[in-house]
Parts: sequence; structure tokens; C-alpha cells
Amino acid sequence: MLVFIIRRSLQSVVVLLAMSLIVFVGVYAIGNPIDILINPQADQIDRERAIAALGLDRPLWEQYLVFLQGALGGDFGRSFVHATSALRLILEKMPATLELAFTAMLIAIVLGIPLGLWAGLKPNALSGRAIMAGSILGFSLPTFWVGLMLIMVFSVMLGWLPSNGRGATVDLLGVPVSFLTVDGLRHLLMPATNLALFNLALLIRLTRSGAHEALLQDYVKFARAKGLSNRRVIGVHVLRNILIPVVTVIGLQFGSLIAFAIVTESVFAWPGMGKLLIDSINLLDRPVIVAYLLVIVTFFILINLAVDILYSALDPRVRLTEAKG
Amino acid sequence: MSTLRVQAPSAARPPQSPFRRIVDDFFANPVATFGFGLLCLIVFFAIFAPLISPQNPYDLAQIDVMDGRLPPGSPTATGGTFWLGTDDQGRDMLSAIFYGLRISLAVGAASTVLALVIGLAAGLAAAYVGGRFEALVMRIVDIQLSFPAILIALILIAVLGQGTGKVITALVTIQWAYYARTVRSAALVEKRKEYIEAARCLALPPSHIVFRHLLPNCLPPLIVVATVQVAAAIALEATLSFLGLGLPITEPSLGLLIANGYQYLLSGKYWISFFPGIALLLTIVSINLVADQLRDVLNPRLQR
Repeated sequence: MLVFIIRRSLQSVVVLLAMSLIVFVGVYAIGNPIDILINPQADQIDRERAIAALGLDRPLWEQYLVFLQGALGGDFGRSFVHATSALRLILEKMPATLELAFTAMLIAIVLGIPLGLWAGLKPNALSGRAIMAGSILGFSLPTFWVGLMLIMVFSVMLGWLPSNGRGATVDLLGVPVSFLTVDGLRHLLMPATNLALFNLALLIRLTRSGAHEALLQDYVKFARAKGLSNRRVIGVHVLRNILIPVVTVIGLQFGSLIAFAIVTESVFAWPGMGKLLIDSINLLDRPVIVAYLLVIVTFFILINLAVDILYSALDPRVRLTEAKG
Repeated sequence: MSTLRVQAPSAARPPQSPFRRIVDDFFANPVATFGFGLLCLIVFFAIFAPLISPQNPYDLAQIDVMDGRLPPGSPTATGGTFWLGTDDQGRDMLSAIFYGLRISLAVGAASTVLALVIGLAAGLAAAYVGGRFEALVMRIVDIQLSFPAILIALILIAVLGQGTGKVITALVTIQWAYYARTVRSAALVEKRKEYIEAARCLALPPSHIVFRHLLPNCLPPLIVVATVQVAAAIALEATLSFLGLGLPITEPSLGLLIANGYQYLLSGKYWISFFPGIALLLTIVSINLVADQLRDVLNPRLQR
């Protein structure tokens, strides 16, 4: 197990280095930061002095090393717009995004797994078919438009829920959170539901096909033959075996939830990292863009690592093949 | 055993061309037929938008700001009706949607065709050449597919800047990987079959083997992926345009129409965002219905 974790961690470091190079070359080298950073009226001597001061006259690999050195120490440069550290700006906005993503995932799990199980156990019943038809809608509906329609129905027409912002927040261990106040929860409900829809549909389909397959397996027949109660057969034998792909997908989808939060945050004016990214792109605030992208790439890599380790804990066969290879 | 069972009924039927069989199988499903009909209607609206629209929504002589934000069903000055209401500039929403469909479908189709060509070339070359080249191409594909499309699109827009060409570039960059992966895996399977071996034994030139023998047999899974990806491209373009990072306002796609209505939503003027969204939804759903049925019809394992 330890060897497995060490090997996976090393792999992650290599991928992270490769991604940092791509993002660096992509954002810094393809675009020309000089045009933005230096006054267009500056003469040639001023330009050259500024280029040297920024280290832009050095070869690309040297610039990359300097950038990497700073990035390892958490220094992604200062935001052009906010004049504070780019990383700090992102860390300040991160709790809001994480709260939104966690809540969305919770909604997707709490609704998705039981609904999927139901559809898998009763594939021909009207309820099972209705659940599956609904999940197709979840895939097809464009997220941002569903968000607008939620606002239209629940904020404008019914007036039940507020349409933007986080509402009242409470500090939990020094981090402001919305879910501990009634007002915060009211603000959280709509954006989290909107963000959850795609994953809800995905979990329903995944759980359904898993349950569908598991029911035909010999071990389920054996468990029934032993005279176990229906509840135990489904709750322990079926559920445990379909949880392996479900856990993987939940883990992998968590990263895409954070990425898709960019859209939901824009619709509901939720003050998270995603909204910061959109604003930064519009203002060409490169340090913030680079910092955001590297933070989210690190996120993805950590999530993949965690999923692999969890996976190997749930399914010993994975660990064995890895150790041999 | 199973091959026997599959072949027995087809031997009883008169011989049928594969194309004929696929068409018959496709329209055997009423839901798919409905999806196909809906898609045809949408494409018709898009192509003939200038002829069937009640007005040209981007001709300043035909719109009147005094007609701004009228609810659906309001009468026009000339005795007609704004069936879907008007936007803030007094444009007929129905006409704006027809023109928006045109732009959304064009961007989706253009990026799909370009990505298809690039992905096809990369995937076929990877499968045929093999070795280091294959490893490199597939590594890039794997890394790219481990990130959500919206994130890659935003990275590219951040790097390249905005504009129609840039959006298409971003969509192509995202999509080629799906085609490359699909073509490669199909080509790897086909490469090992006897007819390729036979073609090699006949000493046919490699280009002839790749394009005349390998390529046509890799097409079925590719058609399915391409159909799904057109819908994904249209949805992604709409999302980017909604975020203000997509098409410029001179190219008002459905996403831009929805974004335009966003600011009036809170004051209860729902129709400016609602109807373009319905048009977008119907487009995506109809393409997905067609793709679902194509997947079943083109899958040789499900052949009856």
C-alpha cells in the first residue's frame, strides 16, 4: 500500500510540473506581457530597462525557473488590478467556491444514489422510466440557462429565494461560511442545486447500470438463496459493489464541479474563485489567471491521487496489479 | 453459436444494402424519428432565417426602440404580432432566434468539421505509425481529457483573446482529442483484421490502405462521437457567449441572446432569455436523440 501511494505521488508531481510549464508558456510566453505592463508612450531605452527589470530578456527556460521558484513559495506575482498577491486573492475566494461545490456534491449524492438504485431495481416501472427520462434532461439542459430559469421561477415569480450573493456568513475556524445561517442557506440552495444537476444525472445513470448488472450476478443470487432479507442483499451486497465506480466518479467529478462553478457563480453572482477568473480574464489580469489555473490544476491532481488511493482501498485487485507492474 | 443466431434471420430476408438497413433501423424508433424531424426543422429555420423571419432583427430600419421589451403576443405597428415578444432594442424575438440559430449551428458545425479532420488525421496516424509517435499523441489526449472542456476553453480564451475565430479554435482544440481517441481505438482493432493483412500482401501503397480500407471501417463510431460533439460544441459556445467570453455582439448567437435577457429577468421580463434558451434546448436534445439512435444502429454487436 505504501509503495503504491509513493509511486502515485511521484507520478502526480511529474504531471504537475508538466502542467505548470504548459500554463506558463501558454499565458506568459504566447501573449506579450510587455504590451500590457509598459506604458505605450515609453521610448526604446525605457522599454529595454523595463524588460530587463521584469526578467523578460532572459531565455524562456530561465524565466520558467524563476517563475517556478516563486510559485513553489506561493508567489504568483501581484494582481495588476487589485495590487495584492494573486494567490491571496484566490485563497480569499476559495471557501465560497468550495462550499458551493461540496453542497452541490452532497445534493447529487443524497438524491442520485437512491434514485439510481430505485431505477435499477425497477427498470420497467413508470417511476424507474421517469427517473431515467429526467436524467437525460439533466445532461441536455445547458447549466447556465437552468440557473436563469431557477431565478425566474423561485426569485422573480414566487419570491421564495434570493437570486444573488452569499447572504449572511458566519466565521467557522476563521473562514466565512454560509451554511450555518438561515439566510446563507437560502442563498446557497439555488446555486448548489443548479451546479448539482449534471452530477445528479450522472450518478443516477451510473448507480442504475451498476445495480442492473449486480442483480444478475451469482453472488446476489447466492445471498438471496441463503435467505438474506431483501434489504440486506441490496443495502450490503449490491450497494457495496456498485459503490466502487460511484466513488471514483464522485471524486473525479469534484474537480469538474469546481470548474463548472465558474458558470454557476457568474449566473448567481456568487463571490467565488470562478467569478474572479471571469473578471480577471476580462481585465487581462494575468497573474491572477495563472495563479487560478495552477491552483485548479493542483486540485485536479490531488483529487486524482485521492481517488486512486481510495479505489485501491475499496478494490484490492487494483493494488495487486499495480504492485506487480 | 452467437454468430449463427445473428446470421440466421438475415439469411431469410432478401439481401439489403447496409445503408438501407441503417436507415430502416433508425426510423424504427419513434423517439429518434421525432428527434430527427425536429432537427431537420431547426436546420431549416437556421438556413432560411432571412426568408421566413417576420423581420430582419439587425436591420435598423425595421426595428423601433419604441417596441422595446413588449411581452409575447403584442401587436406590431404594421398589424402583425410579436409572437415571442421583443428585446430591449425592439427586435422581434422570433426573428432574433432564427438568426441566432444560424450562428450557433454554423459555429458548432464548423468547429466539429475542423476538429474531426484534425482528430481523424492524428488518430489514424497514431494507430498506423505506432511507437513513440502514438505514445506522445495519446499522452496529450489523456492529459487534455482529464480536464473539463469548459476549463480548457477558458484557458484558451484567456490566452488567445476573444472573437469568432478564437472561439472556433478553442472548440476545435477541445474536440480533436475525442476524435483522435475514438479513431485510434477503432483503427487498432481494424488493423489486425484479415482484410488489412490481405491489402498489405497485395503490396498496396500505405496511403491506399489507410484511406481506402482502414478509414471507411473506422467511420461508424466516429459518426456517433461527432453527433454528440456537435451538441456539446453548441452548448459550450452558448456558455462562453453567455459569460461574455464567446462570440462578439456582431454575431448574436443564442448564448448572447440569453445573456442579453439576463439583466431583464429580475424585472419579470422572462421572454428575452426564456425563448432563446428553449431553442437552444430543443437543438441540443434533438441532436442527442439522433446520436443515441445512431449509436444503437451503427453498433455491429446490436445488429438484428
